[in-house]
Amino acid sequence: MSGYFKELFTGTKSLAVGMGVTIRAFFSPVVTMQYPYETPKIPERFRGHIELVADDEGKPKCVACGMCQRACPSGCITVKGKKREDGGKGKVVSFYRLDFTKCSLCGQCVESCKFDAITFSKEYNLASTRKEDFIYDLLKRLQEKNS
Amino acid sequence: MSEPGRLLAFLIGIIAFAALNAAYLVWVERKGAGHFQRRIGPKEVGPYGLLQPIADGIKLMTKQLIVPEGADAVLFKMAPIMVMVPAIVSFVTIPFAEGLQARNINIGLLMIFAFASVAVLGILIGGWGSRNKYGVISAARVVSQNIAYEVPMLLTVITVVMITRTFDLNAIVNQQMGGFWHWNVFRLTASPLMPVAFLIFFVCMLAETNRAPFDMAEAESELIAGAFTEYSGMGFGVFFMGEYANIVIGACVATILFLGGWDCPLGFLPGVHWFLIKMYLIIFTVVWVRWTFVRTQFYNLLNLSWKILIPISMFNLILTSALLKVF
Repeated sequence: MSGYFKELFTGTKSLAVGMGVTIRAFFSPVVTMQYPYETPKIPERFRGHIELVADDEGKPKCVACGMCQRACPSGCITVKGKKREDGGKGKVVSFYRLDFTKCSLCGQCVESCKFDAITFSKEYNLASTRKEDFIYDLLKRLQEKNS
Repeated sequence: MSEPGRLLAFLIGIIAFAALNAAYLVWVERKGAGHFQRRIGPKEVGPYGLLQPIADGIKLMTKQLIVPEGADAVLFKMAPIMVMVPAIVSFVTIPFAEGLQARNINIGLLMIFAFASVAVLGILIGGWGSRNKYGVISAARVVSQNIAYEVPMLLTVITVVMITRTFDLNAIVNQQMGGFWHWNVFRLTASPLMPVAFLIFFVCMLAETNRAPFDMAEAESELIAGAFTEYSGMGFGVFFMGEYANIVIGACVATILFLGGWDCPLGFLPGVHWFLIKMYLIIFTVVWVRWTFVRTQFYNLLNLSWKILIPISMFNLILTSALLKVF
Protein backbone atom coordinates (compact mmCIF):
# COMPACT_ATOMS: atom_id res chain seq x y z
CA MET A 1 0.00 0.00 0.00
CA SER A 2 2.82 2.39 0.79
CA GLY A 3 4.33 1.53 -2.58
CA TYR A 4 1.09 2.63 -4.23
CA PHE A 5 1.22 6.08 -2.66
CA LYS A 6 4.94 6.39 -3.27
CA GLU A 7 4.45 5.62 -6.94
CA LEU A 8 1.56 8.03 -7.10
CA PHE A 9 3.66 10.77 -5.56
CA THR A 10 6.78 10.21 -7.65
CA GLY A 11 4.68 9.83 -10.79
CA THR A 12 2.82 13.09 -10.23
CA LYS A 13 6.07 14.83 -9.39
CA SER A 14 7.76 13.63 -12.56
CA LEU A 15 4.78 14.85 -14.60
CA ALA A 16 5.10 18.26 -12.98
CA VAL A 17 8.81 18.33 -13.73
CA GLY A 18 8.07 17.51 -17.36
CA MET A 19 5.51 20.31 -17.57
CA GLY A 20 8.13 22.65 -16.13
CA VAL A 21 10.61 21.72 -18.81
CA THR A 22 8.20 22.41 -21.63
CA ILE A 23 6.89 25.68 -20.24
CA ARG A 24 10.46 26.94 -19.96
CA ALA A 25 10.98 25.97 -23.60
CA PHE A 26 7.74 27.81 -24.46
CA PHE A 27 9.04 31.09 -23.06
CA SER A 28 12.55 30.66 -24.43
CA PRO A 29 13.53 32.31 -27.68
CA VAL A 30 13.01 30.41 -30.89
CA VAL A 31 16.10 28.61 -32.15
CA THR A 32 15.09 27.57 -35.65
CA MET A 33 16.52 29.45 -38.61
CA GLN A 34 13.93 30.83 -41.02
CA TYR A 35 15.86 29.51 -43.97
CA PRO A 36 14.84 31.37 -47.11
CA TYR A 37 14.76 34.65 -45.16
CA GLU A 38 17.83 33.98 -43.07
CA THR A 39 20.86 32.17 -44.39
CA PRO A 40 23.36 30.33 -42.26
CA LYS A 41 26.98 31.45 -42.00
CA ILE A 42 28.95 28.79 -43.84
CA PRO A 43 31.78 27.49 -41.68
CA GLU A 44 35.39 27.59 -42.86
CA ARG A 45 35.70 23.86 -43.44
CA PHE A 46 32.36 23.36 -45.14
CA ARG A 47 32.51 20.81 -47.95
CA GLY A 48 30.57 21.96 -50.96
CA HIS A 49 31.31 20.63 -54.40
CA ILE A 50 34.89 21.32 -55.53
CA GLU A 51 35.97 24.33 -57.56
CA LEU A 52 39.15 25.46 -59.23
CA VAL A 53 41.43 27.91 -57.47
CA ALA A 54 42.79 30.87 -59.42
CA ASP A 55 46.28 32.25 -59.09
CA ASP A 56 47.07 35.96 -58.68
CA GLU A 57 46.44 36.63 -62.34
CA GLY A 58 43.04 34.96 -62.25
CA LYS A 59 44.18 31.95 -64.24
CA PRO A 60 43.55 28.47 -62.85
CA LYS A 61 46.39 27.02 -60.81
CA CYS A 62 45.62 23.59 -62.23
CA VAL A 63 48.32 22.02 -64.40
CA ALA A 64 46.09 19.19 -65.63
CA CYS A 65 48.23 16.48 -64.03
CA GLY A 66 45.11 14.35 -63.63
CA MET A 67 45.80 13.25 -60.05
CA CYS A 68 42.35 14.31 -58.92
CA GLN A 69 40.75 12.38 -61.73
CA ARG A 70 42.69 9.30 -60.69
CA ALA A 71 42.03 9.83 -56.97
CA CYS A 72 38.29 10.12 -57.39
CA PRO A 73 36.67 6.84 -56.28
CA SER A 74 33.46 7.58 -58.16
CA GLY A 75 34.99 8.87 -61.36
CA CYS A 76 33.31 12.24 -61.19
CA ILE A 77 36.16 14.29 -62.55
CA THR A 78 37.28 14.66 -66.14
CA VAL A 79 40.37 16.84 -66.73
CA LYS A 80 41.95 17.70 -70.03
CA GLY A 81 45.04 19.86 -70.55
CA LYS A 82 46.94 21.48 -73.35
CA LYS A 83 50.45 22.89 -73.91
CA ARG A 84 51.09 26.33 -72.54
CA GLU A 85 50.61 28.99 -75.16
CA ASP A 86 53.67 31.00 -74.09
CA GLY A 87 55.88 28.03 -74.90
CA GLY A 88 56.88 27.40 -71.27
CA LYS A 89 57.15 24.02 -69.62
CA GLY A 90 54.07 22.07 -68.48
CA LYS A 91 50.42 22.16 -69.33
CA VAL A 92 47.41 24.25 -68.44
CA VAL A 93 43.90 22.97 -67.89
CA SER A 94 41.63 23.29 -70.89
CA PHE A 95 38.63 21.36 -69.66
CA TYR A 96 37.49 20.40 -66.15
CA ARG A 97 34.19 18.69 -65.66
CA LEU A 98 32.68 17.60 -62.35
CA ASP A 99 29.77 15.16 -62.35
CA PHE A 100 28.25 16.15 -59.01
CA THR A 101 25.50 13.52 -59.25
CA LYS A 102 28.05 10.87 -58.30
CA CYS A 103 30.23 12.90 -55.97
CA SER A 104 30.09 11.96 -52.30
CA LEU A 105 32.21 14.91 -51.16
CA CYS A 106 34.92 12.58 -49.85
CA GLY A 107 37.62 15.12 -50.63
CA GLN A 108 40.15 12.68 -52.10
CA CYS A 109 40.65 15.03 -55.05
CA VAL A 110 41.47 17.98 -52.83
CA GLU A 111 43.85 15.82 -50.79
CA SER A 112 45.61 14.52 -53.87
CA CYS A 113 46.20 17.88 -55.49
CA LYS A 114 49.85 18.89 -55.15
CA PHE A 115 49.23 22.42 -56.45
CA ASP A 116 46.36 23.49 -54.19
CA ALA A 117 44.46 24.03 -57.38
CA ILE A 118 41.10 22.73 -56.19
CA THR A 119 39.15 23.51 -53.06
CA PHE A 120 35.71 22.98 -51.58
CA SER A 121 33.21 25.63 -52.53
CA LYS A 122 30.58 26.97 -50.16
CA GLU A 123 27.64 26.22 -52.44
CA TYR A 124 24.69 24.67 -50.64
CA ASN A 125 21.64 25.98 -52.44
CA LEU A 126 21.62 23.12 -54.86
CA ALA A 127 18.28 21.96 -56.14
CA SER A 128 17.07 21.14 -59.57
CA THR A 129 14.66 18.89 -61.39
CA ARG A 130 17.20 18.07 -64.09
CA LYS A 131 20.22 15.85 -63.70
CA GLU A 132 22.27 17.82 -66.21
CA ASP A 133 22.27 20.82 -63.89
CA PHE A 134 24.70 18.99 -61.64
CA ILE A 135 27.35 18.38 -64.27
CA TYR A 136 29.54 21.40 -63.81
CA ASP A 137 32.16 22.83 -66.12
CA LEU A 138 34.44 24.13 -63.43
CA LEU A 139 36.73 26.01 -65.80
CA LYS A 140 33.80 27.96 -67.14
CA ARG A 141 32.65 28.65 -63.57
CA LEU A 142 36.05 30.07 -62.71
CA GLN A 143 36.06 32.27 -65.78
CA GLU A 144 32.56 33.51 -64.98
CA LYS A 145 33.63 34.20 -61.41
CA ASN A 146 36.62 36.21 -62.59
CA SER A 147 34.74 38.28 -65.12
CA MET B 1 -35.67 41.32 -27.43
CA SER B 2 -38.40 38.81 -28.08
CA GLU B 3 -37.83 35.23 -27.04
CA PRO B 4 -37.56 33.73 -30.59
CA GLY B 5 -35.24 36.58 -31.62
CA ARG B 6 -33.08 36.00 -28.56
CA LEU B 7 -32.84 32.27 -29.28
CA LEU B 8 -31.96 32.91 -32.92
CA ALA B 9 -29.23 35.31 -31.87
CA PHE B 10 -27.87 32.72 -29.46
CA LEU B 11 -28.08 29.99 -32.09
CA ILE B 12 -26.01 32.00 -34.55
CA GLY B 13 -23.67 33.16 -31.82
CA ILE B 14 -23.07 29.64 -30.49
CA ILE B 15 -22.44 28.17 -33.93
CA ALA B 16 -20.09 31.05 -34.75
CA PHE B 17 -18.33 30.69 -31.40
CA ALA B 18 -17.93 26.93 -31.76
CA ALA B 19 -16.72 27.10 -35.36
CA LEU B 20 -14.37 30.01 -34.74
CA ASN B 21 -12.92 28.28 -31.71
CA ALA B 22 -12.53 25.01 -33.55
CA ALA B 23 -10.73 26.76 -36.40
CA TYR B 24 -8.50 28.94 -34.29
CA LEU B 25 -7.69 26.30 -31.70
CA VAL B 26 -5.97 24.44 -34.52
CA TRP B 27 -3.87 27.55 -34.98
CA VAL B 28 -3.26 27.78 -31.22
CA GLU B 29 -2.32 24.13 -31.16
CA ARG B 30 0.18 24.46 -33.99
CA LYS B 31 1.60 27.71 -32.73
CA GLY B 32 1.83 26.25 -29.23
CA ALA B 33 3.46 23.10 -30.54
CA GLY B 34 5.98 25.28 -32.31
CA HIS B 35 6.91 27.31 -29.27
CA PHE B 36 7.02 24.30 -26.96
CA GLN B 37 9.62 22.91 -29.32
CA ARG B 38 11.30 26.31 -29.71
CA ARG B 39 10.07 26.69 -33.26
CA ILE B 40 7.83 29.43 -34.58
CA GLY B 41 4.93 27.43 -35.94
CA PRO B 42 2.66 28.71 -38.73
CA LYS B 43 3.89 32.08 -39.96
CA GLU B 44 3.51 32.22 -43.72
CA VAL B 45 -0.24 32.69 -44.22
CA GLY B 46 -1.11 36.14 -42.96
CA PRO B 47 0.50 37.89 -39.99
CA TYR B 48 1.64 35.31 -37.42
CA GLY B 49 0.02 32.68 -39.61
CA LEU B 50 -3.40 33.91 -38.51
CA LEU B 51 -5.05 33.11 -41.83
CA GLN B 52 -3.82 29.52 -41.67
CA PRO B 53 -7.15 28.05 -40.43
CA ILE B 54 -8.96 29.75 -43.32
CA ALA B 55 -6.47 28.34 -45.80
CA ASP B 56 -6.84 24.91 -44.19
CA GLY B 57 -10.62 25.20 -44.35
CA ILE B 58 -10.59 26.11 -48.03
CA LYS B 59 -8.25 23.23 -48.74
CA LEU B 60 -10.46 20.75 -46.89
CA MET B 61 -13.62 22.04 -48.54
CA THR B 62 -12.25 21.70 -52.05
CA LYS B 63 -11.31 18.07 -51.49
CA GLN B 64 -13.56 15.26 -52.56
CA LEU B 65 -15.46 13.27 -49.97
CA ILE B 66 -14.76 9.66 -50.81
CA VAL B 67 -16.78 6.86 -49.27
CA PRO B 68 -14.60 3.76 -49.39
CA GLU B 69 -15.87 0.67 -51.13
CA GLY B 70 -17.67 -1.68 -48.75
CA ALA B 71 -18.09 0.99 -46.12
CA ASP B 72 -21.46 1.66 -44.56
CA ALA B 73 -22.20 4.92 -46.34
CA VAL B 74 -24.90 6.09 -43.93
CA LEU B 75 -22.87 5.54 -40.78
CA PHE B 76 -19.77 6.82 -42.49
CA LYS B 77 -21.39 10.14 -43.35
CA MET B 78 -23.24 10.42 -40.07
CA ALA B 79 -20.24 9.98 -37.81
CA PRO B 80 -18.60 13.42 -38.15
CA ILE B 81 -21.95 15.11 -37.56
CA MET B 82 -22.48 13.01 -34.46
CA VAL B 83 -19.24 14.33 -33.04
CA MET B 84 -19.93 17.94 -33.91
CA VAL B 85 -23.62 18.29 -33.03
CA PRO B 86 -23.49 17.26 -29.34
CA ALA B 87 -20.68 19.71 -28.75
CA ILE B 88 -22.69 22.56 -30.22
CA VAL B 89 -25.86 21.52 -28.40
CA SER B 90 -23.97 21.49 -25.12
CA PHE B 91 -23.21 25.19 -25.53
CA VAL B 92 -26.90 25.91 -24.98
CA THR B 93 -26.66 25.62 -21.21
CA ILE B 94 -23.19 27.09 -20.73
CA PRO B 95 -23.51 30.36 -18.79
CA PHE B 96 -20.77 32.61 -20.13
CA ALA B 97 -21.70 35.50 -17.89
CA GLU B 98 -24.57 36.86 -15.85
CA GLY B 99 -27.51 36.62 -18.24
CA LEU B 100 -25.41 35.40 -21.15
CA GLN B 101 -26.86 31.95 -21.47
CA ALA B 102 -29.06 30.60 -24.23
CA ARG B 103 -31.29 28.56 -21.94
CA ASN B 104 -31.01 27.93 -18.28
CA ILE B 105 -31.96 24.33 -17.66
CA ASN B 106 -32.10 23.12 -14.09
CA ILE B 107 -30.40 19.89 -15.14
CA GLY B 108 -27.85 21.62 -17.38
CA LEU B 109 -24.89 19.68 -16.04
CA LEU B 110 -26.65 16.38 -16.63
CA MET B 111 -27.52 17.44 -20.17
CA ILE B 112 -23.91 18.28 -21.00
CA PHE B 113 -22.67 14.91 -19.81
CA ALA B 114 -25.47 13.13 -21.63
CA PHE B 115 -24.45 14.80 -24.89
CA ALA B 116 -20.75 14.39 -24.23
CA SER B 117 -21.12 10.63 -24.34
CA VAL B 118 -22.83 10.84 -27.74
CA ALA B 119 -19.60 12.19 -29.23
CA VAL B 120 -17.93 8.88 -28.41
CA LEU B 121 -20.65 7.09 -30.33
CA GLY B 122 -19.75 9.28 -33.31
CA ILE B 123 -16.15 8.09 -33.27
CA LEU B 124 -17.31 4.52 -32.73
CA ILE B 125 -19.62 4.43 -35.76
CA GLY B 126 -17.07 6.37 -37.80
CA GLY B 127 -14.47 3.72 -37.13
CA TRP B 128 -16.92 0.89 -37.61
CA GLY B 129 -18.57 2.34 -40.71
CA SER B 130 -15.37 2.99 -42.63
CA ARG B 131 -14.58 -0.73 -42.89
CA ASN B 132 -10.99 -0.29 -41.99
CA LYS B 133 -8.95 -2.35 -39.57
CA TYR B 134 -7.43 0.71 -37.99
CA GLY B 135 -10.86 2.27 -37.68
CA VAL B 136 -12.30 -0.75 -35.93
CA ILE B 137 -9.40 -1.04 -33.50
CA SER B 138 -9.70 2.65 -32.80
CA ALA B 139 -13.43 2.35 -32.23
CA ALA B 140 -12.90 -0.45 -29.72
CA ARG B 141 -10.27 1.56 -27.92
CA VAL B 142 -12.40 4.67 -27.77
CA VAL B 143 -15.26 2.81 -26.16
CA SER B 144 -13.17 1.10 -23.47
CA GLN B 145 -11.30 4.32 -22.80
CA ASN B 146 -14.48 6.30 -22.40
CA ILE B 147 -16.09 3.72 -20.17
CA ALA B 148 -12.98 3.81 -17.99
CA TYR B 149 -12.82 7.58 -17.77
CA GLU B 150 -16.48 8.42 -17.53
CA VAL B 151 -16.58 6.71 -14.13
CA PRO B 152 -14.05 8.91 -12.28
CA MET B 153 -15.29 11.98 -14.11
CA LEU B 154 -18.86 11.45 -13.03
CA LEU B 155 -17.77 10.54 -9.49
CA THR B 156 -15.98 13.88 -9.31
CA VAL B 157 -18.98 15.69 -10.74
CA ILE B 158 -21.24 13.98 -8.22
CA THR B 159 -18.95 15.26 -5.47
CA VAL B 160 -19.34 18.78 -6.76
CA VAL B 161 -23.08 18.38 -7.14
CA MET B 162 -23.35 17.12 -3.57
CA ILE B 163 -21.64 20.26 -2.38
CA THR B 164 -23.59 22.65 -4.57
CA ARG B 165 -26.85 20.70 -4.29
CA THR B 166 -27.88 21.60 -7.84
CA PHE B 167 -27.42 20.62 -11.47
CA ASP B 168 -28.15 24.16 -12.56
CA LEU B 169 -24.93 25.61 -14.00
CA ASN B 170 -26.01 29.18 -13.35
CA ALA B 171 -26.68 28.41 -9.69
CA ILE B 172 -23.38 26.56 -9.37
CA VAL B 173 -21.51 29.63 -10.57
CA ASN B 174 -23.53 31.97 -8.39
CA GLN B 175 -22.56 29.94 -5.32
CA GLN B 176 -18.89 30.56 -6.10
CA MET B 177 -19.13 34.35 -6.33
CA GLY B 178 -16.93 36.76 -4.43
CA GLY B 179 -13.24 36.02 -4.84
CA PHE B 180 -11.23 32.99 -5.72
CA TRP B 181 -11.38 31.50 -2.22
CA HIS B 182 -15.06 30.79 -2.85
CA TRP B 183 -14.33 28.74 -5.95
CA ASN B 184 -15.08 25.05 -5.69
CA VAL B 185 -11.48 24.13 -6.35
CA PHE B 186 -10.50 25.89 -3.10
CA ARG B 187 -13.56 24.90 -1.10
CA LEU B 188 -11.51 22.90 1.34
CA THR B 189 -14.16 23.04 4.06
CA ALA B 190 -16.43 20.90 1.93
CA SER B 191 -13.70 18.44 1.11
CA PRO B 192 -9.95 18.84 1.61
CA LEU B 193 -9.46 16.92 -1.64
CA MET B 194 -11.12 19.50 -3.90
CA PRO B 195 -7.90 20.48 -5.76
CA VAL B 196 -7.29 16.77 -6.37
CA ALA B 197 -10.82 16.46 -7.65
CA PHE B 198 -10.14 19.28 -10.09
CA LEU B 199 -7.02 17.48 -11.25
CA ILE B 200 -8.95 14.25 -11.74
CA PHE B 201 -11.61 16.11 -13.67
CA PHE B 202 -8.95 17.65 -15.88
CA VAL B 203 -7.29 14.29 -16.59
CA CYS B 204 -10.64 12.71 -17.36
CA MET B 205 -11.50 15.61 -19.63
CA LEU B 206 -8.31 14.97 -21.59
CA ALA B 207 -9.20 11.30 -21.88
CA GLU B 208 -12.83 11.96 -22.79
CA THR B 209 -11.89 14.33 -25.59
CA ASN B 210 -9.23 11.89 -26.82
CA ARG B 211 -6.42 14.35 -26.35
CA ALA B 212 -2.79 13.38 -26.08
CA PRO B 213 -1.43 11.72 -23.98
CA PHE B 214 -4.68 9.73 -24.13
CA ASP B 215 -5.24 9.92 -27.89
CA MET B 216 -5.59 6.18 -28.30
CA ALA B 217 -8.30 6.71 -30.90
CA GLU B 218 -5.94 8.21 -33.42
CA ALA B 219 -2.57 7.01 -32.21
CA GLU B 220 -0.72 7.99 -35.38
CA SER B 221 2.24 5.73 -34.84
CA GLU B 222 0.04 2.66 -34.36
CA LEU B 223 -3.26 3.31 -36.11
CA ILE B 224 -2.48 5.83 -38.89
CA ALA B 225 -5.36 8.07 -37.89
CA GLY B 226 -7.61 5.52 -36.20
CA ALA B 227 -11.27 6.14 -36.85
CA PHE B 228 -10.45 9.08 -39.13
CA THR B 229 -8.22 7.09 -41.49
CA GLU B 230 -10.72 6.84 -44.34
CA TYR B 231 -12.09 10.35 -44.04
CA SER B 232 -11.11 12.96 -46.58
CA GLY B 233 -11.94 16.60 -47.05
CA MET B 234 -14.57 18.15 -44.84
CA GLY B 235 -15.52 14.76 -43.32
CA PHE B 236 -12.20 14.84 -41.59
CA GLY B 237 -12.52 18.58 -41.06
CA VAL B 238 -15.80 18.23 -39.19
CA PHE B 239 -14.33 15.46 -37.01
CA PHE B 240 -11.46 17.75 -36.21
CA MET B 241 -13.71 20.69 -35.44
CA GLY B 242 -15.92 18.48 -33.30
CA GLU B 243 -12.94 17.38 -31.31
CA TYR B 244 -11.89 20.95 -30.62
CA ALA B 245 -15.47 21.98 -29.84
CA ASN B 246 -15.54 19.15 -27.30
CA ILE B 247 -12.37 20.48 -25.73
CA VAL B 248 -14.00 23.91 -25.45
CA ILE B 249 -17.02 22.31 -23.77
CA GLY B 250 -14.75 20.43 -21.38
CA ALA B 251 -12.87 23.60 -20.51
CA CYS B 252 -16.17 25.47 -20.03
CA VAL B 253 -17.48 22.80 -17.66
CA ALA B 254 -14.21 22.77 -15.71
CA THR B 255 -14.41 26.55 -15.43
CA ILE B 256 -17.99 26.46 -14.23
CA LEU B 257 -17.62 23.57 -11.81
CA PHE B 258 -14.29 24.41 -10.25
CA LEU B 259 -13.05 27.86 -11.21
CA GLY B 260 -16.08 29.97 -10.45
CA GLY B 261 -17.30 30.66 -13.99
CA TRP B 262 -17.31 34.39 -14.73
CA ASP B 263 -16.36 35.33 -11.17
CA CYS B 264 -13.29 37.54 -11.07
CA PRO B 265 -10.56 36.27 -8.74
CA LEU B 266 -10.09 39.48 -6.78
CA GLY B 267 -13.40 41.12 -7.44
CA PHE B 268 -12.74 43.77 -10.07
CA LEU B 269 -13.95 44.24 -13.63
CA PRO B 270 -16.55 41.47 -13.62
CA GLY B 271 -17.74 40.15 -16.93
CA VAL B 272 -17.60 37.52 -19.58
CA HIS B 273 -13.88 38.03 -20.16
CA TRP B 274 -13.05 36.29 -16.88
CA PHE B 275 -14.89 33.22 -18.07
CA LEU B 276 -13.00 33.31 -21.36
CA ILE B 277 -9.63 33.88 -19.65
CA LYS B 278 -10.13 30.86 -17.40
CA MET B 279 -11.44 28.75 -20.25
CA TYR B 280 -8.54 29.59 -22.53
CA LEU B 281 -6.05 29.01 -19.73
CA ILE B 282 -7.43 25.51 -19.37
CA ILE B 283 -7.26 25.02 -23.12
CA PHE B 284 -3.68 26.27 -23.11
CA THR B 285 -2.90 23.70 -20.42
CA VAL B 286 -4.48 21.04 -22.61
CA VAL B 287 -2.12 22.04 -25.43
CA TRP B 288 0.75 22.23 -22.99
CA VAL B 289 0.05 18.71 -21.73
CA ARG B 290 -0.19 17.41 -25.26
CA TRP B 291 3.25 18.66 -26.20
CA THR B 292 4.84 17.54 -22.95
CA PHE B 293 3.87 13.92 -22.49
CA VAL B 294 4.21 10.90 -24.68
CA ARG B 295 1.20 8.78 -25.51
CA THR B 296 0.43 6.26 -22.78
CA GLN B 297 0.23 2.59 -23.54
CA PHE B 298 -3.29 1.32 -23.61
CA TYR B 299 -3.12 -0.84 -20.50
CA ASN B 300 -1.40 2.00 -18.63
CA LEU B 301 -4.28 4.21 -19.62
CA LEU B 302 -6.79 1.78 -18.17
CA ASN B 303 -4.60 1.19 -15.10
CA LEU B 304 -4.49 4.92 -14.44
CA SER B 305 -8.25 5.07 -14.49
CA TRP B 306 -9.18 1.93 -12.57
CA LYS B 307 -6.33 1.85 -10.09
CA ILE B 308 -5.74 5.52 -9.37
CA LEU B 309 -8.45 7.88 -10.54
CA ILE B 310 -11.49 5.81 -9.58
CA PRO B 311 -10.28 4.89 -6.04
CA ILE B 312 -9.27 8.47 -5.29
CA SER B 313 -12.44 10.01 -6.64
CA MET B 314 -14.46 7.39 -4.80
CA PHE B 315 -12.63 8.22 -1.59
CA ASN B 316 -13.25 11.89 -2.22
CA LEU B 317 -16.93 11.20 -2.73
CA ILE B 318 -17.19 9.27 0.54
CA LEU B 319 -15.17 11.87 2.41
CA THR B 320 -17.31 14.69 1.06
CA SER B 321 -20.56 12.96 1.91
CA ALA B 322 -19.28 12.19 5.41
CA LEU B 323 -18.23 15.80 5.93
CA LEU B 324 -21.59 17.02 4.61
CA LYS B 325 -23.36 14.74 7.04
CA VAL B 326 -21.25 15.78 10.02
CA PHE B 327 -21.26 19.54 9.48
